[in-house]
Amino acid sequence: MSNTDALLSVRDLRKHFAVKGGVLSRVIDKVHAVDGVSFDIGAGETLGLVGESGCGKSTTGRCILRLIEPSSGEIWFDGADVTKMDATALRSLRRDMQIIFQDPYASLNPRLTVGAIVGEALTIHNLAKSRRAHEERVVQLLETVGLQADHMRRFPHEFSGGQRQRIGIARALAVEPKLIVCDEPVSALDVSIQAQVINLLEDLQEQFGLTYLFIAHDLSVVEHISTRIAVMYLGRVVEIAPARDLYDTPLHPYSEALLSAVPIPDPTVKRQRIMLQGDVPNPINPPSGCHFHTRCPIAKPDCATRVPELRESRPGHWVSCHYRG
Amino acid sequence: MAEPLLDIRGLKTWFKTDDGMVRAVDGVSLSIDRGETLGVVGESGCGKTVTARSVLKLIDMPPGRFEAGQILWQGRDLIPLDETEMNKIRAREIAIIFQEPMTSLNPVYTVGDQIAEVIELHQKLSRKQAMVGAADMLKLVNIPNPERRVHDYPHQFSGGMRQRVMIAMALSCQPKLLIADEPTTALDVTIQAQILELMQEMKERFGMAIMLITHAMGVVAETTQRVVVMYAGKVVEEAPVGALFGDPRHPYTQGLIRSIPRVDRSAGRQARLESIPGTVPSLLDPPPGCRFAARCRYVMPACTQAIPPLKEVAPGHKVACIL
Repeated sequence: MSNTDALLSVRDLRKHFAVKGGVLSRVIDKVHAVDGVSFDIGAGETLGLVGESGCGKSTTGRCILRLIEPSSGEIWFDGADVTKMDATALRSLRRDMQIIFQDPYASLNPRLTVGAIVGEALTIHNLAKSRRAHEERVVQLLETVGLQADHMRRFPHEFSGGQRQRIGIARALAVEPKLIVCDEPVSALDVSIQAQVINLLEDLQEQFGLTYLFIAHDLSVVEHISTRIAVMYLGRVVEIAPARDLYDTPLHPYSEALLSAVPIPDPTVKRQRIMLQGDVPNPINPPSGCHFHTRCPIAKPDCATRVPELRESRPGHWVSCHYRG
Repeated sequence: MAEPLLDIRGLKTWFKTDDGMVRAVDGVSLSIDRGETLGVVGESGCGKTVTARSVLKLIDMPPGRFEAGQILWQGRDLIPLDETEMNKIRAREIAIIFQEPMTSLNPVYTVGDQIAEVIELHQKLSRKQAMVGAADMLKLVNIPNPERRVHDYPHQFSGGMRQRVMIAMALSCQPKLLIADEPTTALDVTIQAQILELMQEMKERFGMAIMLITHAMGVVAETTQRVVVMYAGKVVEEAPVGALFGDPRHPYTQGLIRSIPRVDRSAGRQARLESIPGTVPSLLDPPPGCRFAARCRYVMPACTQAIPPLKEVAPGHKVACIL
């Protein structure tokens, strides 16, 4: 997995949230939201991060930007360890790393005009020489994402979900970042609008040479946009592979079940579905050994005791399972 | 041909707002036969949920009102019925499950109490018998330890389990029609697969019809026999599921199907997704003529003049497009 020309390298990232309880609000337990995650993203590549609710994919994305403080681990970006940065270094890091959120309603300040939202970062990072340059840049950004110049004087509530997501993208682009963490950017949108935003993200990547960490639960969307995909389950990465490889030959039993559960919009396609029993276990007290053993169709007794390592089974295709790959 | 179980004719459900009349459902006709699964698809605001709720008259009036149309349940129009008469139909004949099971369960009663209430009310049983019935229903929907779980509260169940509870409640009076409004939208994909399988199993067991409302084309393709596509308060296409996906006729349906990325056959990143430009029109003051005209790639002058009627182009395949 070591990759010398990686733009971002995450090593053994962990994030534990304290669970407080009792009258004194003492820490009574820990949620292992991210439990030893490692991966690389090459410049210009899109790494898809998939998994079901509570698998830690969003927490991973936020730790990378230090919007959430990681408990341990290393995050190497452009030769520097993000986890060791002080406030000044972090501020300049945010010029290179941006994020787009899922909910285009909650992530835009309703009291600011679109122009102020998109232009805020230009002011903070001193990126516009004059007032005129500032305004020209805002207009240019709005046009880049398919909005119009006169939209800058309007407020977020005047826009539809898809347009708001475009505003969020324009805001992220303002500082000319290298990496954008896209956290479920199309999950709240209708399918016809979803396609517009996916196409826009692809165009922008080509135009500006952007690198994406694309977090989503919709496997068809992730497969479409990603170069490589990492599958997470209960805080750990269970498989990483080139997108096509993962879909053609998933190795981990969880990836296999996840893929087979995706409904195909074609009634003539009949597939064998692997039905997983039960729900995802509680991350406060995850199963021992391999986290997936309680639901795994091929689990053997030692899966409950031995934690599988992520190992390269084929070139570029990594899996953490004792019995597959 | 036998009389359909449910026959909605020219239904108009409008809402009065400060800005004017919102024509949420504007002349919808559709029917469901006994034992059939009908899919109703469309994007947010197309009127699919309002149509479903209209059938059970779960619309607040005001601001809502039935402007026109009939809802024929086994030949009898439901619109003029009062609440007492509707309550005889609800749950016993037509049941509904919603997208968000947490908000449709009462958090301060145990799930057993809530299911037993339905059974007690509609089957005139004692509370004790009803509680036994509730446990049986939980067992039927594959909830482990049903005798113990009846005493649990909704928050003690996971999302998938809550939806199972909702299904248990809906089926407790063995309705002839189950309306499922986005039943799996809030669930993870592996749990969605479990719930869809359960619904299929229950349908075979009880022989009921299902009206499945969803925006997910994949779910429709895998679970329904016939599909109605809605756009901006109107039905634009109706077809057997094979014909809809194999030979979609309305430009909106075509766009909808092509804009979904597909896991099973994809050229990966090379293939660009087809998208439908623009957004759904406002239902406050809908444009004259075809409501899809502003986003349609085949638009002609005639499209904006009159609303195209739903015409049969092949047996069972109807399209509202002048092309």
